[in-house]
Amino acid sequence: MNGMQEDTLALLPEMLLLAGAIVALLAGSFLPRHRQWVATLLAAVAVGASGLAALAAAGGAARTIYESSYAVDVATTATRIIVAIAALLSLALARPRITGSPRETEFAVLVLLASLGTVVLAGAAELLVLAVGYLLASIPLYALAGWGRDARGAEAALKLYLLGALLGITMLLGIAVLFGVGGGTTYAALAAGLPGAPAAAVALGVVATLAGLLFKIGAVPAHFWVPDAVDGATTPAAAFLTTVPKIGGLVAAYRLLVTVPDTVVDWRLLVALLAVASITLGNLAAFTQDRPRRLLAYSTVSQVGYLLMAVAVAGRSEQALAALLFYLAAYAVTNLGAFAVVGALPQHDTLDAYRGLGRRRPALIGALLVCLLGLVGTPPTAVFVGKLTVFSATWDGGMQWLVVVAAINTVASLYYYLRWLAPAFARETASAATGSDGPGGTAVLAAIDTRWATATALVAAVLALALGIAAGPLLEGFAP
Amino acid sequence: MLSVLIFLPLLPAAVLAGWRGVPDAAARWTWVVASAVEVVLVAALWIGYQGPGIGYETAVAWIPAAGSSYHVGVDGLSLPLLAMTAVVFLAAAVYSLAEQNRPRPFAALFLALQTTCMGLFAALDLILFFVFFDLSIVGMYFVIAGWGHGRDAARSALTFFLYTFLGSLALLLGFIGLYVAADPHTFDMVELTRTAPLAGSGAAGGLVLTAILIGLAIKTPTIPFHTWLPPAHTDAPAAGSAVLAGVLLKMGTYGFVRIAMPMLPDAWRGYATVIVVVGVISVLYGALVALAQTSFKRMVAYTSVNHMGYILLAVGAAGIVAGTDPTARTVAVTGAVTQMVSHGLITAALFLLAGVLADRGGSYELDAYGGLAADTPRFATLTAVAAFASLGLPGFSGFIAEFQIFAGSLGSAPVATAAALLGILLTAGLLLWALHRLFLGPRRHELPGVADVRPSESWAIAPLLVLVLLIGVFPAPLLDVIEPASRAVVELVAR
Repeated sequence: MNGMQEDTLALLPEMLLLAGAIVALLAGSFLPRHRQWVATLLAAVAVGASGLAALAAAGGAARTIYESSYAVDVATTATRIIVAIAALLSLALARPRITGSPRETEFAVLVLLASLGTVVLAGAAELLVLAVGYLLASIPLYALAGWGRDARGAEAALKLYLLGALLGITMLLGIAVLFGVGGGTTYAALAAGLPGAPAAAVALGVVATLAGLLFKIGAVPAHFWVPDAVDGATTPAAAFLTTVPKIGGLVAAYRLLVTVPDTVVDWRLLVALLAVASITLGNLAAFTQDRPRRLLAYSTVSQVGYLLMAVAVAGRSEQALAALLFYLAAYAVTNLGAFAVVGALPQHDTLDAYRGLGRRRPALIGALLVCLLGLVGTPPTAVFVGKLTVFSATWDGGMQWLVVVAAINTVASLYYYLRWLAPAFARETASAATGSDGPGGTAVLAAIDTRWATATALVAAVLALALGIAAGPLLEGFAP
Repeated sequence: MLSVLIFLPLLPAAVLAGWRGVPDAAARWTWVVASAVEVVLVAALWIGYQGPGIGYETAVAWIPAAGSSYHVGVDGLSLPLLAMTAVVFLAAAVYSLAEQNRPRPFAALFLALQTTCMGLFAALDLILFFVFFDLSIVGMYFVIAGWGHGRDAARSALTFFLYTFLGSLALLLGFIGLYVAADPHTFDMVELTRTAPLAGSGAAGGLVLTAILIGLAIKTPTIPFHTWLPPAHTDAPAAGSAVLAGVLLKMGTYGFVRIAMPMLPDAWRGYATVIVVVGVISVLYGALVALAQTSFKRMVAYTSVNHMGYILLAVGAAGIVAGTDPTARTVAVTGAVTQMVSHGLITAALFLLAGVLADRGGSYELDAYGGLAADTPRFATLTAVAAFASLGLPGFSGFIAEFQIFAGSLGSAPVATAAALLGILLTAGLLLWALHRLFLGPRRHELPGVADVRPSESWAIAPLLVLVLLIGVFPAPLLDVIEPASRAVVELVAR
């Protein structure tokens, strides 16, 4: 009985997220429209409390609870904290877009539920919990993608849903196969059962299970939803969609794959190839984009490739997990910062529209500079340290070729980020000046108070820099 | 003390960048004062330096989990370059007193750039080195893109950024290779120099050195990685060109003596011949292409390729150990470091003069001018002195540097050295021809009333040339600092 009590408290951060979602939902139903922000505030408080609870519980010994089905260790703790920060930033950057909307509360509730799903995904140490996490992390996202209730949002939601449903079924198939050949559903049982299982069946199970996770993280070949969903959904939803699910998905992939012996199935090579494909295809597709959101969408596909590198050497390099978690944290704040800039400039829909903004909005464009150069991996930003540690771990894990490919791709990525930054810092031309303040719907859009998004962008940029400069203690904390 | 020197410029940079109300004149003078303080600090550092070995060392844990620390210090290799950097930046600041185009952010950018340059030469940790290396590229990108005057400034800036960024990533790959090979894993330069972790590892050492060499060769630049340099220089503002050629190129050559040679000695010895050959080709090709230029600024840019070639020749020759005399090799490395300082000062002066030329005449084309000696006597004098210094006339620092390079390399690589001597001849010819076209003959230009060098420009350029002359006449104080450090490098390579 006593043990049960302890186990329940171990899930306090998850429960806070759930409670926050329920409370916000109830509060939102009773509040008048102009007071909906109270519900969002309640949700934000719950997220913050969840993060603090995770922080308070950090440092405990790694263990699994509920009959080895859920792991509470460094990876779970890190995911809880990173997700909490990312969810808070998402809620903040969504302020200008959702304030006054009849569905304001829904947005917050969906964010909380999806965050909960992603944490469960990361903590899952059992195949069925993994499946539950997948569903919990996916279904709110379908609604979130269509939250704007316009034609493009509907398309985004539909694409996301179709691919998610398909790959979800595939994942369940993989889970069934792994259960069949491994003789158990907990990872501990799999680790014992899989070495003696037939290689072909294990390979099928692993690949099919991985398919669901690839969908969650938006990696090639399950990346097709990314550009359309990001382009069709509202900017805050797109920011959330491309950031938070990746955290849970990658940690889940890491956890799952280390239980599979690489002598039976060479999943390292598979993941490495997927990483190369994601980085390269994401980069190639981003080259020609003329709109910031599509560019960012493809950039997230390529970023996932770098994150997968750490998964490819999971268990072989002692640095791999710390590198993965640090890169996730760095990526989350940097990517959200870039999306926040987009959210703060809703009327600037093309890269060209940013021309000359460096003079008019120096702080905001400064934040964009930090975030985009951060995504390239320019020191001293956080993603630089993330890339450095991931590259080191991959090299250490014996995949030097992967590091070389990734480094070359990093140079290529610089090109498209600069396509965005260069106009922003260039001198203003006459046509751009009239274009951005021209007639039409822009006047209405310009009336939106975007201060929250601007502030979020600045906070994220500062975080991206601070995480890089003060990376030392954090990396120590992430070491298993 | 050293950290103050590195980060001091960031303070005025932050103020200038953040406070939009600063008047232009105040911004310009803030920059000059900050750069002057840097020169004073570096002079104090030099006087207080007790060689040989590392002085003013600071080591603070930074990212221990990634094997990186904030580790800085100076020795005979870095101190002269730190001093040269401070002087060149001061010259750029004084020259830019006439800058009309957004002087406040311009000053902020250069001050930040100075921090990255100072930090790079003082860094004793590979990641710290890389951080400053990368940030210097970002800073220079904005200088060229924001203040470049060519039609294609944005494109040139992009080429520069992409190309040198590629180099920096090659460098990073090499660094990671060294890090993984070290036991325990570390990025500390002193530690890696002491243990040389890849020594005797065969192919791995060669691959890591290849990555590092590509990275450094792009930055230097040497043949065949030099193609970013001429457009970047053509479109950069004068102060930007001076810093780019004077300081940023030295990051590549400094990397040879600081990182590649001592940390990968046996691989370096294996590659020595290749490096010598690349050096000689850079010397000859740079000189020949410079000869063919019609633009004064492009010509100076290509002479940089030529002058960097001598450095490669020297450091390559220092790696040919068998049957050669360590004293000669020490002379070669000392010559290489002296050349870095000398070229930094001379080429900065030449680029600032090119800026004056374009400012008054509106063109870099040599054929647009003629008989300038009569119209602008001070400009002619300064340019002539700088050109003579650049071609290695005795009495100037270039002679001291190149003489040592040739004397030191002759024993190890006689044929290559003889071929490189030809480069001196070509450089002499092309610079004299350029002077001839600019200053003698009939007048082909229309100049405004007061066309000659203004006082602020003189105060920027003349001190550089005085230093060049001083080093040329009294090289001992400089060489005494460099020599022990280069002897140490030669010993490390030979182990």
